[in-house]
Amino acid sequence: MSIPLPLFIALPLASAFLLPLCGKKFKGFASLAATVVIAVLLVMSILSFGRFDVYIVGRWTIPLGINLVLDGLSALMLATISTVSFTAMLFSNRYMEQYTSKNKYLSLFLLMVTGMNGVVLSGDIFNLFVFLEIASIASYALVGFGCEHEELEAAFKYMTLGTVASMFVLFGVGVVYGNTGSLNMAVISRYVAENGINTGLAFALALFTTGFGLKAALVPFHAWLPDAHPSAPAPISAMLSGVLIKALGIYSLSRVIFNVLGISVQISWVLIALGVLSMVIGVFLAVGQWDFKRLLAYHSISQMGYVILGIGMAALILSNGGNPAWASLALLGGLFHLMNHAVFKSLLFLTSGSVEMSTGTRQLKELGGLAERLPVTRSTCTIASAAIAGVPPFNGFWSKLILVIAAVQAGLYGLAAVTVLVSIVTLISFLKVQRYVFLGELPENLKSTAEHRGLMACAMILLAILCVFMGALVIYEPFRVVVLDNAVNALSDGFAYAGKVLSAQILTGQ
Amino acid sequence: MKGMTIIVKTIASWIKVLVFLFGIYIILFGHLTPGGGFAGGVILAGSYILLLLAFGKEYAEENLPISLASKLDCIAAFLFIALALCGFIYGAGFFFYNFIQQKFLVEYESAGELVSAGAIPLYNIFIGIKVAASLFLVTLVLSAFRLESQE
Repeated sequence: MSIPLPLFIALPLASAFLLPLCGKKFKGFASLAATVVIAVLLVMSILSFGRFDVYIVGRWTIPLGINLVLDGLSALMLATISTVSFTAMLFSNRYMEQYTSKNKYLSLFLLMVTGMNGVVLSGDIFNLFVFLEIASIASYALVGFGCEHEELEAAFKYMTLGTVASMFVLFGVGVVYGNTGSLNMAVISRYVAENGINTGLAFALALFTTGFGLKAALVPFHAWLPDAHPSAPAPISAMLSGVLIKALGIYSLSRVIFNVLGISVQISWVLIALGVLSMVIGVFLAVGQWDFKRLLAYHSISQMGYVILGIGMAALILSNGGNPAWASLALLGGLFHLMNHAVFKSLLFLTSGSVEMSTGTRQLKELGGLAERLPVTRSTCTIASAAIAGVPPFNGFWSKLILVIAAVQAGLYGLAAVTVLVSIVTLISFLKVQRYVFLGELPENLKSTAEHRGLMACAMILLAILCVFMGALVIYEPFRVVVLDNAVNALSDGFAYAGKVLSAQILTGQ
Repeated sequence: MKGMTIIVKTIASWIKVLVFLFGIYIILFGHLTPGGGFAGGVILAGSYILLLLAFGKEYAEENLPISLASKLDCIAAFLFIALALCGFIYGAGFFFYNFIQQKFLVEYESAGELVSAGAIPLYNIFIGIKVAASLFLVTLVLSAFRLESQE
């Protein structure tokens, strides 16, 4: 039996509005209910691998109504969102006891999940904008959840830039509607495939690149991220860095460029330039940071560069008429790195939360020698650091290796060299983290530090296990075909997306 | 002195009822005339904001306590989704399916009448309540903060 797609949106949305009604007496119940809802979403998203499904909301067929589309890329994003949100929810059960009004936190958390699920499932470009705003507004509130001066300032900065990004996207949607007469992505895609891209649509593409680039914090647009991500509570940092910038930024950008408005040589070079800038500038800014979470936030910018670089290289190879196999390899590398980054970066943010909760600080210079005090945090953090730096058995290695191979095969030797160089600088900065947090001398005031076990440790161990074994997704053929190849094909098919969605609608419609 | 002058208070106490009624009218006739749940909800919230401006924050809070407003907010949003899910159950698996129109009103010629269009007026009512409660809460929260320099 196939799971109806709107449940991915309706389930968290309905519970987000029910949970604030539980008073203080039922606080335990509210946490439990939220965890169960996220767990159900996780199971549903794993079951949705390998399906292609078009859902017509309200029985209105495509040019009239809104539709939801589940293809390989959406399934990959759904699974990533659910995995990270499940572990973040496990972690926050104990972590959020430090804050007041936990019910509101749970409600905002579920709203953010709703928004992200909606973005990756929507087949309608205006609907995508609406869900993008739901996720963004929930995240603005969550960044300022602590209500300290610094957090409110970061939230306000994030809100201002986020709103500018949304305005760009909305303006782009308007221009697309004016030029094609439709808001449905499949119909727009068919129009562009038949009539080619005109000046208006090219302008819309520029607007989308800016808007989604701001949401993804690619380098010229990254100013909000290093403030916003460290200020949020640790599980929310994990969600923001782990999946929010990917679902709202990378996913929407690649969907619009590949499937709706079409790839060209120019936009590929724009993507590659954004990717290389993000990788290099992000990582060099990260090395100098002394705030644990701020360092991680800069690394998010750098790692997003890898993803965009892979996608840009694939677009370049495809639009130059090169070998499609190497384009698929570049896309595979980019998308696999997206999944891997979600796992290891959320793990790193959770460990930073665990360190902060135990010691009360996240300044690297005030920490040290915590290896024996926080054994679970230490071991998981080491695994995640090795994964993000691309040390062989862990997941980050495989995706970076694939990206380097794809760059070499496409004849882009400079990009391959940059990829390797950035990886080395990443390694340096994570050696710094290991040295200053876990090794070295234990300061006097941290002698009595104790670790918080239970669900928090569970969440970290779960993600660490994923870090170790996710390499199997590329090595073991059946997994690769179901999880990654479907997603790669969804993007590299380009305009065939329109045909698939419209014909599936006729089959499932009336 | 709480609130504004006696002139403003007198006029506001007459007008608030009219504004409130007009909001209800906009919501209920949302499927027939321009307007609808959102516009009507804003007008409903407007009547409370008028009270807040004319009589001060305490008086407005007595009329619509924060806890009640936040409960209304959540319940209305939940009922909206619940109605959409009912469409899912009664409409052969189609979310947001207008099942009331298709099941109960399909033989009853009702276009242009107040009771028509199936589930759409219900959606309008829920949105209206939600928007009114949320906007009132937003205004109330904004009025609770003062700039540090003023104190």
